[in-house]
Amino acid sequence: MEPGKYETRRLTGWGRTAPTVASVATPTTPEDVIAAIASAGPRGVIARGLGRSYGDPAQNAGGLVVDMTGLDRIHSIDADSGLAVLDAGVNLDQLMRAALPFGLWVPVLPGTRQVTIGGAIGSDIHGKNHHSAGSFGNHVRSLDLLTADGSVRTLTPDGPESDLFWATVGGMGLTGIVLRATVALKHTESAYFISDTDRTANLDETLEVFSDGSDDTYEYSMAWFDSISTDGRLGRAVFSRGSLAKLDELPKKYRKDPLRFDAPQLLTLPDAFPNGLANKLTFRMLGEAWYRKAPKQSRGQVMNLTAFYHPLDMFGEWNRAYGTHGFLQYQFIIPFSADTELRSIIRQMAESGHVSFLNVFKRMGEGNRAPLSFPQPGWTVTVDFPIAPGLHEFCARLDEQVLAAGGRLYLAKDSRTAPETFHRMYPGLDEWRKVRHSVDPDGLFTSDQSRRLGL
Amino acid sequence: MINAVGTPQSLLLLGGTSEIGLAIAANYAKQRPLAVTLAARPSPRLDAAAEQLRALGATVRTVAFDARDFDSHPKVVAEAFGDGDIDVTVVAFGVLGDAEQLWQDHAAGVEAAQVNYTAAVSVGIALAERLRAQGHGSVIALSSVAGERVRRSNFVYGSTKAGFDGFYLGLGEALRPQGITVTVVRPGFVHTKMTEGLKAAPLATTADKVAQIAVDAVRSRRELVWAPAPWRVVMSVLRHVPRPIFRKLPI
Repeated sequence: MEPGKYETRRLTGWGRTAPTVASVATPTTPEDVIAAIASAGPRGVIARGLGRSYGDPAQNAGGLVVDMTGLDRIHSIDADSGLAVLDAGVNLDQLMRAALPFGLWVPVLPGTRQVTIGGAIGSDIHGKNHHSAGSFGNHVRSLDLLTADGSVRTLTPDGPESDLFWATVGGMGLTGIVLRATVALKHTESAYFISDTDRTANLDETLEVFSDGSDDTYEYSMAWFDSISTDGRLGRAVFSRGSLAKLDELPKKYRKDPLRFDAPQLLTLPDAFPNGLANKLTFRMLGEAWYRKAPKQSRGQVMNLTAFYHPLDMFGEWNRAYGTHGFLQYQFIIPFSADTELRSIIRQMAESGHVSFLNVFKRMGEGNRAPLSFPQPGWTVTVDFPIAPGLHEFCARLDEQVLAAGGRLYLAKDSRTAPETFHRMYPGLDEWRKVRHSVDPDGLFTSDQSRRLGL
Repeated sequence: MINAVGTPQSLLLLGGTSEIGLAIAANYAKQRPLAVTLAARPSPRLDAAAEQLRALGATVRTVAFDARDFDSHPKVVAEAFGDGDIDVTVVAFGVLGDAEQLWQDHAAGVEAAQVNYTAAVSVGIALAERLRAQGHGSVIALSSVAGERVRRSNFVYGSTKAGFDGFYLGLGEALRPQGITVTVVRPGFVHTKMTEGLKAAPLATTADKVAQIAVDAVRSRRELVWAPAPWRVVMSVLRHVPRPIFRKLPI
């Protein structure tokens, strides 16, 4: 790659915390990527996609960062088999627009479509349908991985190097750089959801709705919950559950164009929000409004992707609302059996003085073979806290309880935990390290996160 | 790496027996497992400081550092960075001296200037090179309100801190594009060994309180703070008092 393609940039994750500076390469071909990693200095290299991880996995202070968004070709989509061959820099929004006309749907969608294929594999992302479809890695049929020695290996989930495949899934880019992947898309008759909404009055009711077996009748399911109220309303939730609509389930007006990509964006937030605007008062008001705008119960409502799945995508760059101090997202999972601990943690959040408005609650299904993949059967809770004094200590206390309950944190979200804590959460870490060491003995692929957590 | 909530994993204290510096290290060590490097002249006090931090769960090593031996500074800094990245560096060495002696005793005055200013520039330059290479990090530079408007009663010390303050504010500007934050902390009167026996001035504070202000400033990546905060207003007024009046003030 020519020197002109490198640029010194200050990078952060989506939480806009802990900025560091790296030299950023913007390749447009696989050959460029190979040349770029060959030029990496002693501080190594890491791939970066659209920077939607909250913390520091796509940063490499003083080293090289390869911005993969320039490799964004969709090589092929097979309408019959549903297989799509994609460059790693293709994003899910782009893929969805390309695949829908063939009646194909992206099998795993997280809370945003601004995620590259490489990022989706590296974080082994999950979505509202984890309990029915698993995580992204489950749908990858093969991937081309550029490793530290400059060679490109084609890996499959059950092939001869399947250990490396599964170390790459959820491996946060530390085994190498994914250049291309074959992903199995899902057949769909429409781009609309038939959705049910339920509103609960407190945490007991919320857990009851999740446990009464109704959840398994939906492909997609999650709940927004109240984490601020310290009275009986704590844990009240708005459930949004549904499945992709079949043609005959759609009202007439949608049937004319059932595969229309219907995901409007209202506005992009300016970078002008003061620190401290995200506080208890504003969050209480927003939460109340969010709760009240939902019907007590509704059945069989037809919803587009934005309304059902990505309400936040109505606001581009919404992370700016937290001001320059940024925020952190705390996502943990604990086994179903630990519901006492779950209640206790949610109560502590409400009493902590740290406030969160974007609170997601979801039942997760079976995990996969990947040692660093986050999902496992249990409850996952996600909250966003603005950075404030005392947050470190509070989260450290939560870590201990999550760990004691047999739970863990998600690398795509983590921006602050301690190495010891993380190591205890992932007993598969040693196994993963062995695989990584076998292809990258000198640690060429390294990130701020891998330094911070001693991965 | 400094994490999202502004807490470091490794800290270098230049002036390894500085009470404020040690209070900063202790503040961080209580939050998160911390690797500390204390750079100072070997002494029983240094060993005791290391023990105190170990008792808080920190891993501590010491590096021999003599502020007056300028030529050795690049090597000392290199040694401190030898075990990996340093997230926070605290520049905390300095001497107060006897104000009247400092301007009348040639050797004493020169030494104060060398330790407080020249050595601070010397380590600052060596530090900058390392920090640029690692692409991240914070520096806490312990300045003083005495440097903001130098007054007759301790003008040698005040002038060294004025120079120190200017250098580190400027270094912060130079390193900003490289992702490095320099936080200049201007304490007023702090009850420490250095000020033992002196009459406490108004707004007197403690090393722990100054440490907390410094830690908060690093978290929010602020470049200049006063300790305690009202000094900012006081100094802002004093800076503009005309000389004939300033001369008559009992300060």
